[in-house]
Amino acid sequence: MVIKLLMGNEAIAHGAVEAGVKVAAAYPGTPSSEILETLAAMAGEHGFYTEWSVNEKAALETAIGASFTGARSLAAMKQVGLNVAADPLMSLAYIGIKGGLVLVVADDPGPHSSQTEQDTRKFAQFAKLPVLDPANPAEAREMAKYAFELSEQLLLPVILRPTTRTCHACQDIDLPEDIRKNPPPAGFEKDPNWVIFPSLSARKHIWLNKQQERTGNILGLSPFNRLEIDGDTRVGIVACGLSYNYVREALQLTGLRASVLKVGTPYPLPAAPVMELFKHVDRILVIEEQEPVVEDQLISLAWQQGLTAPISGKHDRLVAREGEFDVDKVKAIIEKFYGLQPESGQETPLPELPLRPPVLCAGCPHRASFYIFKEAARGTEAVFTGDIGCYTLGAIPPLNALDTCLCMGAGVTMAAGLHRVEPGRKQVAFLGDSTFFHSGVTGLINAVYNRADITVVILDNRTTAMTGHQPHPGIGNTGTDGQGTTVDIAGLARACGVDFVREVDPYDLTAGIKAAGEAMNHNGPAVVIMKRECTALVEKDRPYTIDRKDCIDCGACVENLGCPAIGRQDGLPAINANCTGCGVCAQICPVQAIRRKL
Amino acid sequence: MKSDIVISGVGGQGSILASRALAGAAIAKGLNVLTSEVIGMAQREGPVTSHIRIGNNLSGALIPDYAADYLISLELSETVRNLNKLRPGGTVITSKTAIIPTSVQLGLSKYDDEIYVQYIKEQAEKAIFLDLESLSLQAGTPRAGNVVIMGAFSTCPGLPLQGEQILQAILQLVPERYRNINTHAFELGRQAMEEF
Repeated sequence: MVIKLLMGNEAIAHGAVEAGVKVAAAYPGTPSSEILETLAAMAGEHGFYTEWSVNEKAALETAIGASFTGARSLAAMKQVGLNVAADPLMSLAYIGIKGGLVLVVADDPGPHSSQTEQDTRKFAQFAKLPVLDPANPAEAREMAKYAFELSEQLLLPVILRPTTRTCHACQDIDLPEDIRKNPPPAGFEKDPNWVIFPSLSARKHIWLNKQQERTGNILGLSPFNRLEIDGDTRVGIVACGLSYNYVREALQLTGLRASVLKVGTPYPLPAAPVMELFKHVDRILVIEEQEPVVEDQLISLAWQQGLTAPISGKHDRLVAREGEFDVDKVKAIIEKFYGLQPESGQETPLPELPLRPPVLCAGCPHRASFYIFKEAARGTEAVFTGDIGCYTLGAIPPLNALDTCLCMGAGVTMAAGLHRVEPGRKQVAFLGDSTFFHSGVTGLINAVYNRADITVVILDNRTTAMTGHQPHPGIGNTGTDGQGTTVDIAGLARACGVDFVREVDPYDLTAGIKAAGEAMNHNGPAVVIMKRECTALVEKDRPYTIDRKDCIDCGACVENLGCPAIGRQDGLPAINANCTGCGVCAQICPVQAIRRKL
Repeated sequence: MKSDIVISGVGGQGSILASRALAGAAIAKGLNVLTSEVIGMAQREGPVTSHIRIGNNLSGALIPDYAADYLISLELSETVRNLNKLRPGGTVITSKTAIIPTSVQLGLSKYDDEIYVQYIKEQAEKAIFLDLESLSLQAGTPRAGNVVIMGAFSTCPGLPLQGEQILQAILQLVPERYRNINTHAFELGRQAMEEF
């Protein structure tokens, strides 16, 4: 054995490799992205295939195809990615799998970097699929390995659902030095059971429902559920996944006693350990982040069994349904459950702290693109629809450039919807290159087909920047095992039937404003590709400086751009060490006081 | 032996490297370790905090309020923001340097160094203020603040880790060509603590 520090996502990847995964596919999304990054780095040595797919649906379907040959396969995504992959998942539950298929879906209570706090355990319940909920990176690795076995035992895909605090936690983990190889998969065998006709679905639905009980029985013996009986108390706490850690520490801190059932398999909730807990307690508190998945099943089970011990949790509002938990929150819940007044510390009020929202990096080409389109739209009532990516940050001051943001790809189609009601107004949709391939291109085809007079701005920074610079079809390089085929965005837009397609360098404000104006005045859908590499991926250019003699302190550079490289020094705007030399501020200075350093 | 350490700063300052280095040193010492880091959107100049828990029989990776033995901070206002993590009697090692966010340039919020320094001194029994900006420049790069502060931290009495192990863990995480600069930065941090 060798001890390594692994992040939860790396631990999941290791577990999958130890289980003999043959094909793994993902679309990046925080907090899940490092799973496939780790797998891609291990693929060569261990002889398996990995890919960054164009979206989560493509990733899951790739894994499904591989599974149908008997190969163990994995798909990874963040929780909102599962919304995109919901279609294949719901049907797959009926059809079933051949080689073990593990779907890793990272939830993000908080949320830290997501649009929603949706609970994938609830999704698993909806799809009638087993879900595993790890408490820490070491357990995430064990669960990843086990999930493949369980999947093959049940002939169902299995969901592994870590949350941000497991994905991005690191832990010392014992790893085996050798990984045994699985025999090669048998290959795809033709069978009518792979074709989902309604008649087959009707039969398979009955099978799927029966599998729920079978799964519960199997999971009843799982070491991921652990009952810790305290004979000196008649109080029980059921803690799911990560919350188990907080419960354990809160009990240590308060000195309160309880029998604790740690649940690692929240759906289907196995009856055996729960029934055992009921024997030892008179009342139960259920602590789980997000939705009352375990709690609802527990209440239902207790009612079926005629058990009357009171159950507390979310339904009596003791436990929050929103936000992320920590030891302090769980401690307060437990104290309240015991009828204790939580300690109120006498806190000195904090001094006023600066607001520090995340901002576009110094020299970010998106900043220039937003400036260009705001200038081109000046004096009009244009609506700028946004999308998911770094450029969502264009919505915050001082750019205030985006008026909407909903989900991946929605900017384009929502712009078209806005246009239907206000055809006299300009609608401009902004989305990134990776997002365009993910789900923007379908919206563009829809706009062409239905003649939506909108402008689509593709912020092509040659990467999937927000999630850590993963590649996409516009790059060609797959980021996994080598060179893929480059899909040209301009060519694709033309092939979709767009007459007006322009490529512009966002650092060239004059050319940009001209192209933006023409695109917005074009009759019919227009595409402008703002092409410039992400500033984090290129060497800095020679920086700029503001000549204090010439500066008239008009504030244009500070207030129009909000660039973190422009601050103030002794009362006047000044450029700091963050400057990347993009030169955008020099172009907007009315007195040419901003010049490149010699 | 158990130690709870919070590292705070602003996205891009290298707090994750510092957190991984402490975790690496803990493993080298045969201790268990759990860390929690902020990755993703906040990394774009937002506030970032890492929690590092070293010892045996650890629970979760998140440190409760008023429980951290050390608060190591790469930015002054972020020290204030995270001071509620420090236990009574705990130690603060903080940069004196302010990183003024764009919101302040735009007049949307305020930044007041003097009030923050005062508040930290009132709240923490042991607070060490380092001029990370000039120490990093002395080391040869403005980006070495994370390594300088690790050097300073390594001199704290009663740590479960050895200074040399922290340095070795840092050197394993940085590219070969930056070895000398990082060793120098670490040493400057160590020396800076001699004043206190």
